[in-house]
Amino acid sequence: MNSFNRAIPTEHIHPAVELEARQLVAGHGDKVIIDGLDLNLPTGKITAIVGPNGCGKSTLLNSLARTLKPLGGSILLDGQDIHRLPGRDVARKLALLPQETSAPEGMSVEDLVRFGRQPHQSWLSQWSPDDQRAVKRAIKAADLTGMENRMLEELSGGQRQRAWIAMAVAQDTPSLLLDEPTSALDLGHQLEVFELIRHLSADHGKTIVMVVHDLLSACRFADHLVAMHDGRLITQGAPGQVLTPELVHQLYGVHCDILPDPVTGSPMLINMHRASKNPRQAPAKAPISGDNDE
Amino acid sequence: MTSGQAPRHHWPLRQVFPATALVLLLVCLASLMLGAGDLSPQAALQALFGQSSDEANFIVRELRLPRTLIGFLVGAMLGCAGALMQTLARNPLAEPGLLGVSAGSSFAVTLALMLGASAATLTVHVAQLGALAGCLLVLSAARIQGVGNDPVRLVLAGATLTGLLLSLIWLLLMFDQRSADEIRFWITGSVAGRSLDMALQLMPSLGLAFILTLIIIRPLASLALGERAAQGLGHHPGRIRFIAVVIVALLVGSATAVAGPIIFVGLVVPFIARALAGPDIRRTLWLCLTLGPIIVISADTLSRLLVAPAELPLGVLTALIGAPVLLMVVRSRRLPTL
Repeated sequence: MNSFNRAIPTEHIHPAVELEARQLVAGHGDKVIIDGLDLNLPTGKITAIVGPNGCGKSTLLNSLARTLKPLGGSILLDGQDIHRLPGRDVARKLALLPQETSAPEGMSVEDLVRFGRQPHQSWLSQWSPDDQRAVKRAIKAADLTGMENRMLEELSGGQRQRAWIAMAVAQDTPSLLLDEPTSALDLGHQLEVFELIRHLSADHGKTIVMVVHDLLSACRFADHLVAMHDGRLITQGAPGQVLTPELVHQLYGVHCDILPDPVTGSPMLINMHRASKNPRQAPAKAPISGDNDE
Repeated sequence: MTSGQAPRHHWPLRQVFPATALVLLLVCLASLMLGAGDLSPQAALQALFGQSSDEANFIVRELRLPRTLIGFLVGAMLGCAGALMQTLARNPLAEPGLLGVSAGSSFAVTLALMLGASAATLTVHVAQLGALAGCLLVLSAARIQGVGNDPVRLVLAGATLTGLLLSLIWLLLMFDQRSADEIRFWITGSVAGRSLDMALQLMPSLGLAFILTLIIIRPLASLALGERAAQGLGHHPGRIRFIAVVIVALLVGSATAVAGPIIFVGLVVPFIARALAGPDIRRTLWLCLTLGPIIVISADTLSRLLVAPAELPLGVLTALIGAPVLLMVVRSRRLPTL
């Protein structure tokens, strides 16, 4: 179907940006969800934020993306408080794909992707050949060449999501934040989007941070896993190293065993069951020890 | 839907704008040549170029020319206000007339006249303030209810506000018969008998609205992608919305001050504009500048001809045209999202 393993357009590799959270307190209204979180995101890598529903992963992402103002602490972009920087400057370094996207009926793929150039335009500099090239490049990166004039509502879910990612790519930023980019997609379309994300990281050198609902996809496609529970950072690191049965239990209350995928080598969860439901099969494990929880 | 080769459904602006401008020119000529007066179209045309009887000159230059010009302004203002309001509310039914913005404007003018203001200069700004208040009121009411996903509820809130304000206006009129006649002028929409001086007074407001629109047009267009997407592009949706509301108030207040509340124009015009040029406000607004005047001027011309020598109120005619469009939008498939 779609493979993104084409010749590498090396012309657009960005200088890295540093994105970090310092003692972040975040929430909605006066409801604090994240209370004092420190996080340094590896540059040039794909980071997946995982955790159970309501653990604060979207809150964290939206704080990083500047769309949610912290209640305390700060988000630093290249060492500067992201909320003190002009919106345009931030939008030239960070692109965001929100969780729920909607475009008006009758908008074409190219119309959508062109929006990505807004941070680069101003009163004086209107649409330029540079903008046009960036749009073309983004459409090509998302493998949508030839579909520029198609209406968004005519596309499949996966294609539409790729068009939105192309908009973020046209923003030409060193980093890209995605909030559950595959949540409404079926298996094939999920792969389509994850492969595009890998392509953007490997070939365009983007720093990518995404909230991912599905733990296995996160392990498969991310270089760096950030596990959250109840608004706190539980652990982070390479998926193969940090994903343990203890972690899965701590995050989701699920017992399981972990095997490496014989083909890709990424961790797989097997023999999953809830703690209390199935005592007969519950493996006799030592109680969780030495973890920083409780 | 997913047919292989989907054609582009919209016309490029550089084709459709000149076409509508041509139609507008014809409509303007018709408005100058046709009317209830006992004057043949040829005579009217001659009068336009100053070669006719005094009476013909008077009819064309003092009666028909001003109302055509005012119809032009009012149509353009209401069309643009409708398009802006629909974009900022992300709701294809958000029409200033339906939402009580025009009624707020009428109410403010009524109140000011009651309180003793009589100078015509006052009315424009009073009307604009009233429009601003109406706009903020209905949008905040809609936000409280969390209308987000149901466009029809915003219209309900607006209809309620309109009803309330109209009753208040009638209540005020009961206390003061003297100004009732003066005020009736502002509560039934019409472009007849308005002086061009009034239109001149609008110019500073229109200039301001134009500049503000230029400033926010690009971020405003991105709001169509949703709040977070617009933020991701570096914009501040709250600020953009507020400025857009101010523009709507300037435009609707001005239109109401010269022509009274005319509903449905702000619904019909952007609806047609989007059908022709697609959903992007940067294209829609251009077409509103031609389509708005086309609708208002031709409705006004019709209002003179249908029951000649009497006249239908313009507001009645726009409602006759607009109501079916409203029903069509509401009933058509799922509501188009904006």
